[in-house]
Amino acid sequence: MYRYDEYDQQIVDERVRQYRDQVRRRLSGELTEEEFLPLRLQNGLYMQIHGYMLRIAVPYGLISSQQMRMFAHIARKYDRGYGHFTTRQNIQFNWLKLQDTPDILADLASVQMHAIQTSGNCVRNITSDEFAGVARDEVVDPRPYAEILRQWSTFHPEFAYLPRKFKIAISGGQEDRAAIYAHDIGLAVTKNAQGEVGFRVLVGGGLGRTPIIGTEICEFVPWQHILTYVESILRVYNQYGRRDNKYKARIKILVKALGIDEFRRQVEADWADLKDGPGTLTNEEVDRVASFFTDPAYEPLLDHDSKLNEFKADSRSFSHWLQRNVRPHRVPGYAIVVLSLKKPGNAPGDATAEQMDFVADLADRYSFGELRITHKQNLVLADVRQKDLVSLWQEASVQELTTPNIGMLTDIISCPGAEFCTLANARSIPLAKLIAERFEDLDYQYDIGEITLNISGCVNACGQHHIGNIGITGVEKKDHDEWYQVSIGGAEGNDSSISKIIGPSFTFHQVPEVIERLVQVYLRERTEAERFIDTVRRIGHAPFKDHVYATDFNAQEEEVADKHSVAPAHYDVPYYSPRF
Amino acid sequence: MIIKNKAIVADDWTVLRLQENEAAESVHVAAGKVIMPLKVWQAQCDVLQQRKEIGVWLASDERPEELKGDIEKFAVIAVDFPKFSDGRGYSIAFNLRARLGYTGELRAIGDVLRDQLFYMQRVGFDAFAPRPDRKIEDTLKGLSDFSEVYQTSFDPKLPLFRRVQRKGSQAESSQ
Repeated sequence: MYRYDEYDQQIVDERVRQYRDQVRRRLSGELTEEEFLPLRLQNGLYMQIHGYMLRIAVPYGLISSQQMRMFAHIARKYDRGYGHFTTRQNIQFNWLKLQDTPDILADLASVQMHAIQTSGNCVRNITSDEFAGVARDEVVDPRPYAEILRQWSTFHPEFAYLPRKFKIAISGGQEDRAAIYAHDIGLAVTKNAQGEVGFRVLVGGGLGRTPIIGTEICEFVPWQHILTYVESILRVYNQYGRRDNKYKARIKILVKALGIDEFRRQVEADWADLKDGPGTLTNEEVDRVASFFTDPAYEPLLDHDSKLNEFKADSRSFSHWLQRNVRPHRVPGYAIVVLSLKKPGNAPGDATAEQMDFVADLADRYSFGELRITHKQNLVLADVRQKDLVSLWQEASVQELTTPNIGMLTDIISCPGAEFCTLANARSIPLAKLIAERFEDLDYQYDIGEITLNISGCVNACGQHHIGNIGITGVEKKDHDEWYQVSIGGAEGNDSSISKIIGPSFTFHQVPEVIERLVQVYLRERTEAERFIDTVRRIGHAPFKDHVYATDFNAQEEEVADKHSVAPAHYDVPYYSPRF
Repeated sequence: MIIKNKAIVADDWTVLRLQENEAAESVHVAAGKVIMPLKVWQAQCDVLQQRKEIGVWLASDERPEELKGDIEKFAVIAVDFPKFSDGRGYSIAFNLRARLGYTGELRAIGDVLRDQLFYMQRVGFDAFAPRPDRKIEDTLKGLSDFSEVYQTSFDPKLPLFRRVQRKGSQAESSQ
């Protein structure tokens, strides 16, 4: 993976110094909260319900064992012993004190990490395919370009105060695993007929209040020109994106208002005199960055380890895990292992400090000291020898990281929801737990097969509910209950689509039964080998809707007493907090 | 006082802002060094261009191309930041410098604060009129927050990868 040189380190160190001084000025009253807000946000620091939440960047989801141990250290020293991995491949800590954050950033800088631009109206962390470099369908490894874009976007002087946040995702496989259609800019690095590398560029995708699938602005931008081309997109957006209404400020609204042809014309007019200018990438730079992403020292091995098959025959749970959580690797004898952070009963995407230390050790022993964080909130060991799979599974099972549910109904994507987030209308994590517990039976999950279920606590869609086969959105609190909309038909990847709401909203305790009824229709209607999403597309929403609303929901609702229980806030409310 | 060329210097320009009851066509532009709104310049340029030293300022929703052809006439062009979080001024400055070839003083006015100064100088501002409630000595510090940057803008002209020899992976070079 990429390692900082003296320039990268200097920039990050100077950022820590700058930020430390900003915090000092805020605490002394020199900076008002209004002035401090964008400064702390551009450093990933939010004021949430319990205190400050810090979002730390994991560039394109790639992380070393040493960096993972630093997360464990931060969780123990400054937080409550756990962290939350997010849908943008980052990690969040929820219980921090403002005074500690400069020290946390200094700790992070010591392992080549930062929280730069993890929030705010600027270019956010670049996300990518969690299987980059190891996937069998890879056309071009996106990681060097993701790193080049990371550097380019870091403290870009012109684009730090955009109309709204700006998210870029890049994928390099035949199958898109980075949800590039749901980003402000989606990049598919590919090759043209001549074998030259370039980018198919999508623009104006995004979720939130107005979910839109990105539109192609250019079929093929040669790799040399990708930075200047992206620069021109951002410049047009910076000048003409709406600033009068934050709900209409994303680039998707501008692209829609102008139309893709007019937007493209403006971008290309701006680009005309940047093209071939000094921002043009050089072979040397791409080669230099790519040198960090060469293959690790793979051993010459063969697929089909006989011991593995023996063990598989003996152990049903291992066999399930192999089938669901282990993916083929492009190198013979190796495998990609997804460690599930979705054990029913746990908060999706949460990991304890012990688990973090543990996976760091696993990475050191089994996967060349590296891990990936997936946008579906799981962890990946990308380079595991097939002959190590049995021992890896045995060890990881002890830490509850082998639930064989990847891609299944309980592999739920969830935002933190109303227990943590000031924006949310309703809780997400407890709902995810309730659903996961209801569908915990593996045989039932395997019968249902591939399905995605995404939960957001509000329309801002951090849980990416629009691109879940089933999407759940917290809409309001009323009548002493939380209400959720349920939608179906969303998907990410090459056949991305936005889900549609099935009808009036449901209470917290009705939602699992709604899911059950949706699944019943699918099981009744599906043809052989048809996935849930395929059935929805073939038969439409009506049969699902009819069945869900056909009969009343059981009035009996358990656990009403703790319906609104939230984690207790043992937190000294700081006088400078804007929320108290 | 303003910050100019990284130093605190005296300033004898005044910025003219139209009041509600004033119109660009009829407002009186006082004698002396005045930085006037673009609309005033456009409405009264026949008369005003006789003056020896003139300045103009652009609002964040105005286009620098409006000054095309007139660029040489101004001793100062200013860009107004109605709020520091309104980032259009950065692109206006970049376009003035890089596209329109403006070489005179480019001044940031309005909600100009320490923590944005470093970015402002990189897109081409060389003068800053900080918000008057702030100590200008503190604001000046914002210009030196970073000693190295990755990407090209108006300043520097070359991205880091074209300016210095950066090392690739050590693992790679040792093989």
